[in-house]
Formats: sequence, structure tokens, C-alpha cells
Amino acid sequence: MEVEKISGLKFHKKQDVAIVGAGMTTFKRRLNETGRELSYMAVKQALEEAGMTLDDIEMVVMGSAPDTFDGLHMKGEYLLDGSGGSDRPYMRVFVGGGTGVFAPIAGYWHVASGLADICLVVCEEKMSSSYPHPQSAFKYIWDPILDRPLNPNLIWIFALEMRRYMHVHDIKHEDIALVSVKNKANALDHPCAQVAGKITVEDVLNSEPMALPVRRLDVSPPSDGAAALIMVAPHIARQVTDNPVWVTGVGWALDTTWWTNRDLYFPRYVAEAAKMAYRMAHITDPRKEIDVAEPYDPFDYKELHHMEGLGLAKKGEAPILTREGVTARDGDLPTCPSGGLLGVGNPIAATMGVKACELYWQLAYRAGKRQVAKEVTTGVCQAWGDLMQVGTVMVMSNKR
Amino acid sequence: MAVGKKDIECPPYAEGTPLSDEDIKSGKVTYVEDHPDIRYSWTAGQAISRFLNGLKEGKILGVKCNKCGRIMVPPRMFCELCFKPIDDWVELKDTGTVQTFSISYIDPDARPLPEPIIVAVIAIDGASPNMGIMHILDEVKPEDVYIGMKVKAVWKSEEEREGAITDIKYWKPLEG
Ligand SMILES: [Zn+2]
Repeated sequence: MEVEKISGLKFHKKQDVAIVGAGMTTFKRRLNETGRELSYMAVKQALEEAGMTLDDIEMVVMGSAPDTFDGLHMKGEYLLDGSGGSDRPYMRVFVGGGTGVFAPIAGYWHVASGLADICLVVCEEKMSSSYPHPQSAFKYIWDPILDRPLNPNLIWIFALEMRRYMHVHDIKHEDIALVSVKNKANALDHPCAQVAGKITVEDVLNSEPMALPVRRLDVSPPSDGAAALIMVAPHIARQVTDNPVWVTGVGWALDTTWWTNRDLYFPRYVAEAAKMAYRMAHITDPRKEIDVAEPYDPFDYKELHHMEGLGLAKKGEAPILTREGVTARDGDLPTCPSGGLLGVGNPIAATMGVKACELYWQLAYRAGKRQVAKEVTTGVCQAWGDLMQVGTVMVMSNKR
Repeated sequence: MAVGKKDIECPPYAEGTPLSDEDIKSGKVTYVEDHPDIRYSWTAGQAISRFLNGLKEGKILGVKCNKCGRIMVPPRMFCELCFKPIDDWVELKDTGTVQTFSISYIDPDARPLPEPIIVAVIAIDGASPNMGIMHILDEVKPEDVYIGMKVKAVWKSEEEREGAITDIKYWKPLEG
């Protein structure tokens, strides 16, 4: 049953929004620093790149995922000081794994509305506090009455979605594994990477089974880390840089919680969010108009699934583009040039560092060894989370 | 406001101090440990209470919305698409079709299981297309499961049933 979910959306904005600085910590399985300290480190870098001090920041948006990892409620408040949020309007946003792009979307509306001219966005995650393994915290995502008595592991939903996707389009695991190979290799050029490496398709196919078809090397690792970026009004952007990167479209959408009632082969939650963002950015043919993409890749099949949701590939076509090298860093549609979650790491909300921050760096031509080969004007980043429900999408351009 | 640093490679540096498991075990790290014991009791609500009571009687119950015409399972007290109360309760069959499946080697804490188990989304016969529930498959080898396979519920005995999703022990192939 296809229902038009996003109809009659009106975009009235007070001013355009530019990104002028970003930062991130290293991503590792376990870091000594607390969440506050990690947030502080990421913010410090972003301020440095923007040429600002905390006094310049008017409002702060913080993104962080489930409190269960930290064993501490009111995490937004706990992280306040490290995020530079005290004594100014501050809020925490959270849509599971979708937070890494949703937090900058919230930063966008702070500035686009005219409420703030300078907004700092900070994302933090410290998954290692849940000991010995954060999987034990993940199990509380399941419905306590219908699901949890079956002793599920979170990986199940991804395995079920991956199998359905493979079945509908007749996709082989070999073709999906290529994403893991590509992203882990891309991550070799990322100074913050946790699990970069040269691996082969065979390594993926022979890695330890978790919940088949999902094997160990199909999955990104749990991580600690933080990321930050600074969003400003046009007159501020002009003061601090000659080369701002503009946010030209944002979109977000959630599909029903009754996930066993949906056909999982296609991520409608991403398609709806993308439709909104593209409409705002006046993009009608994403495959032609998007030069570089950072879709959410916590699992290798997810990059492909999300490319199709984002309209960067036809349904079932993303594995073919990958096999043909189109999505390589020197390809026609470089995808996850950062190394993504599969290579750099997956500190849930803080993956903003390899999604929104990376896209900004790519479009500002500051990605260093990770810079894609082709000339870039427009890019898209996306995140996903909750019970396979939420899609968050942001389009950026270095031309206004 | 100063002009930012624009001639740098980003991120300019990768701050943070990585630790290994060994660092924690050997006490090289200053840390505090706690094991909170928080208990919950979840009420099942109007719709799922009736669903669970149905399972106790060996029946799978769904609900119908006359506006969109959907027969839904798991049941709910309101149709989330039409945003109105449901109109009817319907007894569904205890057979269905495998929509997708996985062979799980890990438990909820990511520890290895002694034997892998098969989990599936099963579309229930008598409900609208794609109306599935998550459950376990058994009496079938992992390599023999396929999408589209017809399956049937294997129930606990009447005395054992308690009004829980586990009143269905598992689902097995309808034929063979
Ligand atoms: Zn209805």
C-alpha cells in the first residue's frame, strides 16, 4: 500500500545556511576520554577550522543515541559542558542511528529560521561503557512483549532485511561484500579509522557467521567518538571564509514501527526523506546531479539499499554500480569516500563525522588523501536508524 | 571573529586515547563499575492483551479496519494509517509464508549459541499481504529454508500455554 506521506510541504526560510567548520575525534572501540571530553575535542577542532571561539556560538544542538550505552539518563545534560552548550539555547536530538544526520538537520533549522546566525552541532557516543559488549544494551530496542521473549539479537533485523533485499533482486553476497572491501580500503586514508584495511571478498564471505546472511565483516564495529560542525548565516560565512559549503536541502521521515508488516526490500523511510530534501534542493535527477555521496553504511548491504532509497541507483542496481567501480573514490559517483562506518567506525550519533562532516570536507576540497578524483559541486549524506524506520538526508553544495 | 584555517587537511588531527580490553582487565585504567538492577512490568494494553489471551487458547487473532480494508497482525486498537479505531477482531489461521529469514549464531548478548537457530518473518494466512510476525522456525535444516516456504505453528500444550508469544514453540514446514 503506497501512501503519499509527504505532501504539501512548504519550505519558507529566513536565510540560507552554510557550514564553515567541522571536527572529529578518533573513532576507537574504547577511548579513555569521557563523552564530555570527546565532545570538547571535536568542538575545539570545528571552532579552529571556522576561526571562531565559543563566545561566537549562539545556539547548540547535541545528538547522542540511547542512554542505555552510558547507563546514565539525561545524557544531553551530562554532555552539556563538553558541547559548549551552557548559558545558551541548547537541545539534544535523537533518532537512533539516524541522529548523525538529524542533528545537523536540527542545526539547519536553527539558522534557516533566523533564530540563530551561528549554531554549533555536536554528536557524541561512548558505546564502550556498556561492558563487556554494547550488544547487551542494544537488546532493549526490541518490543518487550512480542519480540524479547524470542531472545533476539539486534543483528536479526538487519539479517532479515538483507535477505529480503537479496531475494527480491537476486543479489549475491559477493556483490554486497564489495562494499565492505571498498570502504575499509578507503578508511586507510582516514586518520581516525578504527577498522581500516585491505581485505578481499573472500575474507568477508569466510568471516564468522553472526546471523546469516550477516557475517562479521559485513558489519561495522561499535565505537567511541565525537564530531562537530558549525552552521552559519550567509553574512557570517562571508566573514570567515571564501569557500563556504551550503546546505541546500534537508529531509527526514519515519516508517511504521510495525516493521514485520512492511516489505523490507526497499527503504521507503530513506526514499521519503530524500524526496523532501531533493525537492528543497531543486534536484530532479539525483544520479546525474549528485557528485559525491555518503549514505549510511553500518552494514555493507545498507550502503546499496540506501543508494537505491536515495535515487542514486535504480532498485537492485546499486550492486552493479559497485561492481563496475562507479562508487569507488575515483569513480563517477564516489560513495563513502571517508571509509564510512564500515572502515572508520560506528559511534552511532558521532558518525556525523563520516557523513555530514565528510561531505562538507569533500565539497570544500579539504578531504586530503580522501578527496575524490572528480570535480564536485553537490553531494548528499544520509543516516538511518531506529527499528529500520528513520531516514535522514542532507544535500550540500559549494555553489549557492 | 577570525578567518578560519582553510588550508588544512581535515580532520587535522585524530585526538583521543585508545584503550584495549587488556588495559581494563590489568587495571591500567581508572574506572568505576556498577551493575544496575532495574525491574520493569509492562502492561500489554488493550489489543496485545487480547492477542496474548488468544494465543493461550491456541488462536492467532488479527484486527480489521473497514476504511482501508486491512486485516492486521499483530493486532492494534487503532489503524495507524486511517488513525481510527479498528472495526473487528478476526481469527487468523496458524499457517503462513516465510517472507525472510536468518540463521542466528548469537544470543541477545552476542555470545555464541550452542546450535544456530532460524528466525523468520512469517506472513500469517488470513491477514492482508505482508502482515507478518517475527518468530522461530524449527524441524527444518537451515539450508532447506526458503522465502515463500509455507509453515505451520507448533503450539505448546494447553496446560503449558500462558498467554505469551512463546505459546507458539516454533513454526515448521507445512509439508514434508
Ligand atoms: Zn485503516
